[in-house]
Amino acid sequence: MTDNTNKSYDVIIVGGGHNGLVCAAYLAKAGKKVVVLEAENQVGGAAITGELSYGKKVSSCAQFLNQLNGKVSKDLNLTKHGLKLSASNISTIALDADGDHMRLTKNSVKGGGINETDAENYKEFMSLMHEYAATLGFLIDLPPMDIFNLDWDDKVSAMKLGWKLRFGLGAEKMSELLRMIGMNIRDVLDDEFDNEHLKGALSFDAVLGTHTGPYSPGNFLNFLYRIAAGKAGAVDIPEGGMGAVTEAMSNAAIANGAEVRTGARVKSIDVDNCAVTGVTLEDGEVLSAEIVASNANMKTTVYDMVGTRHFEADFVKRIGDIRMRGAAAKLHIALRDLPDFKGLAKDDLKNRLVIAPSQDQVERAFNHVKYGEVSTSPMMEISIPSVVDSSLTEKGHVLSATVQYAPYELKGGWTDQAKADFLETCINRIAEFAPDIREHIEHAELITPKDLEDRFGLVGGNWHHGELTLDQMLMLRPVPEASRYALPLDGMYICGAGAHPGGGVMGAAGRNAAQAILKGEEK
Amino acid sequence: MTSELKPDPLKSDHWRSAVKYSPFYNKIKEHDYVNEWHRWAEYTTPTVLEDTTIEYFAIRNSASIFDITPMSKYRIKGPDALDFMNRLLPRDMTKIRVGRVAYTVWCDDEGMVIDDGTVFRVADDEYLLCAQERQMETLRRNAVGFDIEYSEVTDEIAAISFQGPCTCKILKNMGFNDVETMKMFDVRFFDFPGGEIMISRSGYTGDLGYEIWTKNDQAEALWDAIYAGGKDYAIRPIGGNALEIARIEAGLIAAKIEFSPANETVRAGHAKSPYELGLGWLVKLDKGVAFNGRRALIKEKEKGSRYRFVKLDVEGNKAATNAYLFDKEDGKSIGYVSSAAWAPSAKTNLALGFVDMPYGEVGDIVWAEIYYQKELKWNKRWAKCTVMKDPAWNPPRKTLTPPEDF
Repeated sequence: MTDNTNKSYDVIIVGGGHNGLVCAAYLAKAGKKVVVLEAENQVGGAAITGELSYGKKVSSCAQFLNQLNGKVSKDLNLTKHGLKLSASNISTIALDADGDHMRLTKNSVKGGGINETDAENYKEFMSLMHEYAATLGFLIDLPPMDIFNLDWDDKVSAMKLGWKLRFGLGAEKMSELLRMIGMNIRDVLDDEFDNEHLKGALSFDAVLGTHTGPYSPGNFLNFLYRIAAGKAGAVDIPEGGMGAVTEAMSNAAIANGAEVRTGARVKSIDVDNCAVTGVTLEDGEVLSAEIVASNANMKTTVYDMVGTRHFEADFVKRIGDIRMRGAAAKLHIALRDLPDFKGLAKDDLKNRLVIAPSQDQVERAFNHVKYGEVSTSPMMEISIPSVVDSSLTEKGHVLSATVQYAPYELKGGWTDQAKADFLETCINRIAEFAPDIREHIEHAELITPKDLEDRFGLVGGNWHHGELTLDQMLMLRPVPEASRYALPLDGMYICGAGAHPGGGVMGAAGRNAAQAILKGEEK
Repeated sequence: MTSELKPDPLKSDHWRSAVKYSPFYNKIKEHDYVNEWHRWAEYTTPTVLEDTTIEYFAIRNSASIFDITPMSKYRIKGPDALDFMNRLLPRDMTKIRVGRVAYTVWCDDEGMVIDDGTVFRVADDEYLLCAQERQMETLRRNAVGFDIEYSEVTDEIAAISFQGPCTCKILKNMGFNDVETMKMFDVRFFDFPGGEIMISRSGYTGDLGYEIWTKNDQAEALWDAIYAGGKDYAIRPIGGNALEIARIEAGLIAAKIEFSPANETVRAGHAKSPYELGLGWLVKLDKGVAFNGRRALIKEKEKGSRYRFVKLDVEGNKAATNAYLFDKEDGKSIGYVSSAAWAPSAKTNLALGFVDMPYGEVGDIVWAEIYYQKELKWNKRWAKCTVMKDPAWNPPRKTLTPPEDF
């Protein structure tokens, strides 16, 4: 805790999620006096490592590091500040109940009865995807263009985009990209492949974290975005869980001179005469700053922290209209020992294990959630990080899985019974592939989309703080009036996943917001 | 109309016809000779009852009754009512005390006018908003985060605009004590059989006048009381045509004539800001709290507006209806006329309209290209127009307190 003599800052950052920390680090680096106020007792937001049971730890929400922004990582020297990978560039194993699993890397697919044509097409398809990702990827690191009032930087990036599309990709591939960009993943994959299992696994990447099924319009873009906003599709496991990533970010912020306070829940962002003046904490402490950047959800920021009355009504309406429906639950299991996944060696278990046997099964799993039900046969992305990271457990293992689909609003509500029932469904589902798993379970917990909202402030249970769809991306994210990180309230900024380029542990929104704040000050 | 078909405005008759009947309908109908009615919102409302000119002169020379029941009316109540109104409206609402009514516009976030109307502060925590167009959606999106309740009371309040030099005297005759002490934009409640009625000194004619707000079942009794109190004063119910002349003469704007409501305008540049409607005096940029359109209006104030609202004294006697405006005869097109009329009391040929900035400063000359018919043949004439400072009709009696006794 700071003493009471010094409560004035250049910038106050509300929320110590990864973007808040990154934003603080950049601002502190630029010489600003910054404080990060985190409500919980540890920083990290939804990128934390939590206690599970029996001394076992697990990434509480996000579990893989596949989108960490390269510039952030380098600028903040996260490696120096403690970020280590316990595994990098892991493969995806698409699980098969009979043990005939399919192994996918960035450019190859093997096993699972894949034929040569599909394997060849996969290589070609993924190479095209990476080319698209490389074409569009630079947009991640820039504030979205202000198309109503193009400044010089906007004109440059508009020209860059045009050039990259037309001359980088060439006419044929550009035309192909334009054809595909609004499509659903199912139509794309049916065009390319025959193997249902392959298509199931790939479609899962398009629907992960969304409220869509393979048939739903527009989710091909999600598939592409995973690659474009990441490190060319590489998936890593951080040592010590996701909390270690945000710890490194926090260290970087502190090393640059920022103050990071935990257990400091912001009650309100304060406004006087149409400009931000600072914040008031839940315990009544007042901190002042002419600039406040919120890493919290947009709705929380505007509705609960600042208050709607300090904004104009159409803006408030648009914030209220942002779609943020989550349909993923998180499953954590403390294991006495590794279960026996049919057809997988121990070393295979460090990889990303996906249960998505076919596009139809993914779609059928999605159908339930549309009507407020849980999937009877859910899809999953499983990680057993303890295989490569002994820091998580003294003995035994932890399994962490993202489960789709579970609705935010369950018919009948998320009662203890409903949670217990779905937990059973999930364990049964894993048991289809690892029949002995029950023998090894010490403890299991399920985090529903509603829990994600309650614990991490992910409104609607959506971990992107706003669904990543074409109408909520780039200059439309979170809404056009706030796409450049400044809200229509003097001194008020956003720096979280609700802003461009969205969620996933990237840190890009925090970096872009810091630059917007610094640029805003120059004016 | 047979007695069976005579509408009962106090019953819900929606199944019988696609229009609503004001509680004053049957009373007005008794004075209707030409059967010219039109739709105003869901209501049927008279265009003219007997003769537009005679009806117009009732406004200026005696007392006129215009049924304003179809106006959109909303009640806003709750601990946050003042804050809510202050965010909705560009005026500084802390200045509008209980017992006062204020003319205002309200804008969208882009500073474009959605509608204009009057706001009655009937209690510390309660307002009545009276609008030309329907505003439920505006209220709905503005209410988020405010501790207020709002409801539409259009069909629950029957109202008339009672305008003309003799109106105060008639109200006095009706027993509304001290009504003569009401200043312009005062609101008071008076005893009346069936419960209190609300009277405001307000109107849309640029003349002495009042608006009277009652419950539906008091409407006919009020009408009879007015006729009893004013039997010597040539009271006359009027239609919309007469009112239109009066409001143009008084230089008052009309929704969907002078401006296209911003929330139903899709084309860029087709909506207008308060500054562009000559209503900058309603905008209090530095009132210290956010209000709809504030940021855009600050910018507009810095950068300048696109259009200027002008009141024109048009040479000659041909009404400049729908005319384009030019900087000189056969010159550059700089604007258009939105409303035009021969003003019978001001005895001027008047037009309201818009010119591009920076044209149209007070005293400037612009030219109207007027097309008119003479024995069915179309003719064109160039008319020199002088930009006026004040409304053509703005008599001292509009605001004189107490009003003259007749």
